[in-house]
Amino acid sequence: MTLLKVENLSVDFPTPDGLVSAVHETSFEISAGETLAIVGESGSGKTVTNLALMGLIPPRTANVSGSAKFESHNGPIDLISMERNELRKYRGKDIAMIFQDPMSSLHPFYTIGDQIIEAHQIHNKVDLKVSKARAIELLELVGIQGADTRMKAFPHQFSGGMRQRVMIAMALVNNPLLLIADEPTTALDVTVQAQIIKLLADLQQEFKMAMILITHDMGVVAGAADRVNVMYAGRIVESANVRDLYANPLMPYTQGLLASVPRMDRPHTNRLSAIPGQPPSMIALPTGCSFNPRCTRKSEVGGSKCETQMPDLTPRGNGHLSRCFIGEGA
Amino acid sequence: MFAYISRRLAVSLLILLTVSFAVYVIFAFLPFDPAALTCGKNCNDPGIIEANRRRLGYDLPFFTQYFIFLKGLFFGRSFGEGAALINCPAPSLGYSFQQHACVTSLIGEALPVTFSLAIGAIFMWLALGIGLGILAARFRGRIVDRLSTVFVLIGTSLPTFLTGLLLLVFVVIRWKLIPFPSGNYTPFLENPFEWGQILFLPWLTLAFAYAALYTRFVRSSVIDTSNEDYIRTARAKGLSEGVILGKHTLRAALAPIATMAGLDFAGLLGGAILTESVFNLPGLGRLAISAVVKYDLPIIVATTLLAAFIVVIMNLIVDILYAYIDPRVRVA
Repeated sequence: MTLLKVENLSVDFPTPDGLVSAVHETSFEISAGETLAIVGESGSGKTVTNLALMGLIPPRTANVSGSAKFESHNGPIDLISMERNELRKYRGKDIAMIFQDPMSSLHPFYTIGDQIIEAHQIHNKVDLKVSKARAIELLELVGIQGADTRMKAFPHQFSGGMRQRVMIAMALVNNPLLLIADEPTTALDVTVQAQIIKLLADLQQEFKMAMILITHDMGVVAGAADRVNVMYAGRIVESANVRDLYANPLMPYTQGLLASVPRMDRPHTNRLSAIPGQPPSMIALPTGCSFNPRCTRKSEVGGSKCETQMPDLTPRGNGHLSRCFIGEGA
Repeated sequence: MFAYISRRLAVSLLILLTVSFAVYVIFAFLPFDPAALTCGKNCNDPGIIEANRRRLGYDLPFFTQYFIFLKGLFFGRSFGEGAALINCPAPSLGYSFQQHACVTSLIGEALPVTFSLAIGAIFMWLALGIGLGILAARFRGRIVDRLSTVFVLIGTSLPTFLTGLLLLVFVVIRWKLIPFPSGNYTPFLENPFEWGQILFLPWLTLAFAYAALYTRFVRSSVIDTSNEDYIRTARAKGLSEGVILGKHTLRAALAPIATMAGLDFAGLLGGAILTESVFNLPGLGRLAISAVVKYDLPIIVATTLLAAFIVVIMNLIVDILYAYIDPRVRVA
């Protein structure tokens, strides 16, 4: 069952230097219980896409267009066209989000218990005791020892990994259908990263929820995702299930991303491979394919097609989509 | 927490002792003869001067004088002997020969005036400054915000003596809304209405200047806090904008205001010299300034010490209070 169907989502920020098209006509779907990874470099539009879905882009700062049909507990809704105040009722309930930096994402003046209870209370007209019991239950579920007493602790009394666990507990308190995890492990130690990813995967099974995992860590993607969207300069450039993507990346950018991951099962070369150049300025995108100035394979296309035409995101069989002239129509 | 407070109290006492000593040293080495100053400008009778010197203890060595001063604070002190014996009970801050009164009782009369002035003013400026600051932050870039900028500009650039005089000229003299300040002060317990009437313009004068500063501070503090990640978290939970502002943003944004207000309040208690002078209020500031003009050393020493004392104590109170506001600074 399709849980979320995003169509032609665009987010443009008017700036004094011109219109910044952070997300450009993006379409994708996610089924119930599925994990979709969105990968790409900083500024590729991953986070903005999801903030737009959550209705968290500050009003009057951006033009958001397109649609996002979501099967909520109360029937289908459109996350984009919905009245802000109305959307608030679904935010934190049917769709929850956890953020990159658990250090700063919890309010420093309130106990974690109060913060989790608050998240439960807004969406449930129940007694405070019920919310408290629910909060303790979730803290135990995310692996916090002595949840009962830790409820009274303040965020600064927890380590980074523990705070991210608290954030996860808070996000799951209302049994969301979709969890958006925006680089949940980026700010954490490597050892803790693995634990958090494992925890998220386990909880996803238990709660039978779908998850959008935003990351730029290809290792995380391989371990956790069902499907992967690769974004570059505000557009999806490749989309495939995770096996296909790793086995057969079609777009040169994806190939570059995968080649840049250090691997222990391959002979050591002198250096890690890197994609040459820098991500483009979002105000002055290159004409043609946004990736063409950095592309090492554009000679295969021939002529100046890559510099003049933007390729479409086209199906390449088995649900694999690629935005590249190479292999198109083959 | 108890250990923390005890430790802070001990340190505060040490600071006060140091300050009192420093003040005493400064005034002891001024090129004035304190004994000669006790008998007025045209007094040249060495007999009287020497007699006063002995009565006030100015003939004793410096450290002995300082010790007697400290002792007087706790046990009271008497000056002279026989028929001319003057007794100033503890806490004695000395005796003013020019006013013919114990300094402590002079301060006892002036302090309630200054306190009344400060307490009314701080309520006014907190209400105005915080209210306007929040509005300006909430409606950033819009008309309320721009008007607040104008207010801040005027408030911070007009000196209090000018604001005070303008208020006097218009409210009292032109429009006759409030009777002219007579220089008499009515205690709150005697007649609260008259108390308020006398103090209203002085409050307004002080509040105007401080509210401007607080508006600017609150505005930027609220804006900074709104951009914090934990505010985004609150929004992601589905809280309404009102709850986000009232419970999440303001709690964090207004915490530093407690410190600021405490210290500003302490500063005012030391004497709002200009405001008290403009409105003819018999407070600490006026007591101090008249003592300075007349070289009334015991009063100068006492008011300086009192101001230091208030600042140190308020600092302590603010630090303890802050620990309750911000759990991160709580000591286990």
